[in-house]
Amino acid sequence: MATGAAPILAIRGLSKSFGATAVLHEVSLDVPRGAIVALLGASGSGKTTLLQAIAGLVEPDAGSIVLDGREIGAAPAFERSVNMMFQSYALFPHLSVADNIAYGLRARRAPRAEREQLVAWALDLVRLEGLGARRPEQLSGGQRQRVALARCLVMKPTVLLLDEPMAALDRGLRAAVQRELVGIQRRVGTTFILVTHDQDEAMAMADYVAVMDKGRIVQFGPPREVYEAPTTRFVASFLGTINLFEGQAVPGSPSGRGLATADGLQVTAAAPLPAAAAACLGVRPEKMSLAREPTGLGNDFPGTVEEVSYCGNLTYAVVRLNPARQLAVVVLNGTHGTRAGLAVGERVHVGFPPEALVALPA
Amino acid sequence: MKRARLSRLEQLTILIPFAWLLAFLALPILAVIALAFHEIADSIPPVQPLVSHVNGHWAVHASLRGMQIVTTDPLYIGAFRTALVNAALTTLGCALVGFPLAYAIARAPERRRNLYVLLMILPFWTSFLMRAYAWIGLIRDSGPLNSLLLAVGLIHEPIPILYTPAAVLLVMVYSYLPFFVLPMYAVLEKLPADLLAAAADLGARPWHVFRTVTLPLSLPGLVSGAVLVFVPAVGEYVIPELVGNSDSVMIGGILWEEFFQNRDWPLAATIALGTLGLLVLPALVLRRWFTSMAAARI
Repeated sequence: MATGAAPILAIRGLSKSFGATAVLHEVSLDVPRGAIVALLGASGSGKTTLLQAIAGLVEPDAGSIVLDGREIGAAPAFERSVNMMFQSYALFPHLSVADNIAYGLRARRAPRAEREQLVAWALDLVRLEGLGARRPEQLSGGQRQRVALARCLVMKPTVLLLDEPMAALDRGLRAAVQRELVGIQRRVGTTFILVTHDQDEAMAMADYVAVMDKGRIVQFGPPREVYEAPTTRFVASFLGTINLFEGQAVPGSPSGRGLATADGLQVTAAAPLPAAAAACLGVRPEKMSLAREPTGLGNDFPGTVEEVSYCGNLTYAVVRLNPARQLAVVVLNGTHGTRAGLAVGERVHVGFPPEALVALPA
Repeated sequence: MKRARLSRLEQLTILIPFAWLLAFLALPILAVIALAFHEIADSIPPVQPLVSHVNGHWAVHASLRGMQIVTTDPLYIGAFRTALVNAALTTLGCALVGFPLAYAIARAPERRRNLYVLLMILPFWTSFLMRAYAWIGLIRDSGPLNSLLLAVGLIHEPIPILYTPAAVLLVMVYSYLPFFVLPMYAVLEKLPADLLAAAADLGARPWHVFRTVTLPLSLPGLVSGAVLVFVPAVGEYVIPELVGNSDSVMIGGILWEEFFQNRDWPLAATIALGTLGLLVLPALVLRRWFTSMAAARI
């Protein structure tokens, strides 16, 4: 954990099965106070069940959930100082925006003056001043999301849970809404835990990403660490694209850093590899260089351009080194460089320094 | 050319329901209204024509006798009241039994819901009279219900249920229950589970969730179920006849008697109009109230 302070939420050994299907396997997670943590995974990875277990909507079979020093694993949803923003936003259609926001305050019988003050504060916070009398159906998707957010934030939750917050929004809106959500979180300082299947969303918004697979958290760390130093092949390929080199350490190679692949490539790693054992090295497409002459980087392979897709700022290329191997390469379309007019069938060199390689379990 | 033919087809399609309503709703109502003002006669049909032309004289034979009887005779006023009270209690009973039933079906696992709905309406595929007679067997003094209560020791001698107003209410609630449960279920089933979860998440206890979310959002089902039960229940005459006593004579039974036994068609027609009025007026008020409520806050 990056911070030394006690976590606001500590989960230990949480398990849950639905019938014979185990959805969560002894999940443990520490959420630092005031952070945005993203639970990132494909559908069926258990991320939503974990969120619902924290919210109290799903009862775990085993394990503990300690919120701000208090065990809440057995408490019903209405007794937890945790609130959830639903994927559908779940706004009450028969209530106005202001009454939606005041719902939780009414449920806990907050005095009228306090209620009105908090609703006004929340409307202001999410920039919906003057829309309090509207009905949810009269709002745009982005406005509805902000009502759902305000409805949770007036409760001053210890932790706010967000279930796929961008799923109901148009793609074009998402980047702006992500920035806005982060801005609001920074202002109120509430700990956010969000569930998403979108790696870009997780990396853009979160301070920490917990990558989930088959009911387990497979890696937890800041987005940069999870992306740059994935600890498993699953994490490496779930967050972006990675080119893998599997093979055997070459005995007698300089400092034991050589790896020989089955298709006859010789790859040099930055650190010594386990002697005479199987090893796996990965390199991200954007960490490679593409040139018409040898690149002079620690690793350099000649190949033929097989696919090119030009995307404005970037060009994605697939280069075939031999019948058994392709490499995915991303190049930035800057004004410098020799890649202008990359054509299918062109002979090129793909190069990358040993430091660009990450060691993965063999 | 093509357009003209299409529009003629459109006219025709509008004409069909219009003609249907005219032939089977407007004309019969007008006929009943006219019948209510006829004078009775010892003939077939047992009424005098409204207008006659005898010996060169035109004569009008209209009478307000039916109106006068219905609005003054305690028998008829009492029967109207019994009908309204019974229908209201039946509606209340159906709501008290039907709402939890519909809620339970709507919250059951999705693949079992259709089965439960089928099980609920299955008895209604058999003849209504058979089911009514089955109830007579169940609730009579020597029937299984009294035997059970005696065996358990709750009572020491059979309590009379059959031929009491309670029996009428029991069998009416039973008979009309599906009319309440089905629209109620249709609304409750569409109630998004997310809304209930969100309410609980915001700190609302189950009863508060029910009162502030479930109930307001299921009001349309509640209203249509109540109307579907109340309207036919007011005119019910078979059930009071079978399991009730003289106290439970409802206006539907009186109407039947006046028409078929006393052959007093104008009085029967007046009773029919009175029943219609009693039903249409509250329905209009309810509708107005409901639309204004839907527009404003619930």
